[in-house]
Amino acid sequence: MMPGRAHVPGFVNCDETIERLYYYLDGELTEERRVEIVRHLDMCGPCVGAFGFEAELRKVIANLCKDHVPDALLDRVAHALQDERVRQGN
Amino acid sequence: MADQAEFSDLAMEYMSALYSAALRMTRNPSDAEDLVQETYLKAYRAFGGFEAGTNLKAWLYRILTNTYINTYRAKKRRPEIADVEDVEDLFLYRRLSANQPAGLGRSAEDEALERITDTEVKEAIESLPDTFRMAVLLADVEGFSYKEIAEITEVPIGTVMSRIHRGRKALQKALFEFGSARGLVGASGDGK
Repeated sequence: MMPGRAHVPGFVNCDETIERLYYYLDGELTEERRVEIVRHLDMCGPCVGAFGFEAELRKVIANLCKDHVPDALLDRVAHALQDERVRQGN
Repeated sequence: MADQAEFSDLAMEYMSALYSAALRMTRNPSDAEDLVQETYLKAYRAFGGFEAGTNLKAWLYRILTNTYINTYRAKKRRPEIADVEDVEDLFLYRRLSANQPAGLGRSAEDEALERITDTEVKEAIESLPDTFRMAVLLADVEGFSYKEIAEITEVPIGTVMSRIHRGRKALQKALFEFGSARGLVGASGDGK
């Protein structure tokens, strides 16, 4: 579909699809809106490419943003909670 | 009402996620450790008021976020830039997929994604202003919904959406810049 085409109920163009990309990937669209996007993606290769990339990028970011908790921190927190328990007299 | 005796059993499993978020927020391992410890202590003291069965992870993040804002952000000498510039939709995708024949073999953009390093992602996130950094972290790294993020950060949902969407685009630009600097993404010169 061409960008800028007049809105037809139930159908969205590329611009409208890209505008809703984040809402779609975040699972934050109403069912009606979501179906419109799915319908567009079924017949638009370029938008499928863009959606796929954005979804994959998000996975990469989440996977690379993990850090190992230092053992010393685990000990510190456990001791702090223990001290607090004693202080409260539990 | 939640029983304080159960606190450790329930809350300790989130430490890894909370520590990563604390590192991104404070950008400093020593401050991050202090922030996590303070978060657990506050959460333990307040646990009696936690409604059992509701979202413990979101509740812990709310304490972490508030503690960060009230303690660590206040400590900073210079106020940082509070806004991000507007970046176009599909910033990274358009630059990585430009000028390549479609359909043959692995795409340039897929290959570029595989070459991104954890250091680049972390530095790119840490380059975002506080409010955008938190919104993107909570959404994309922790997977919270818009509504949960609105509750954690105590701002209206419309503001949350705007921060997430604009923060993500700014993050793409930062990633592209770091990638270009390393010669990672065969920067075609069409983005800066």
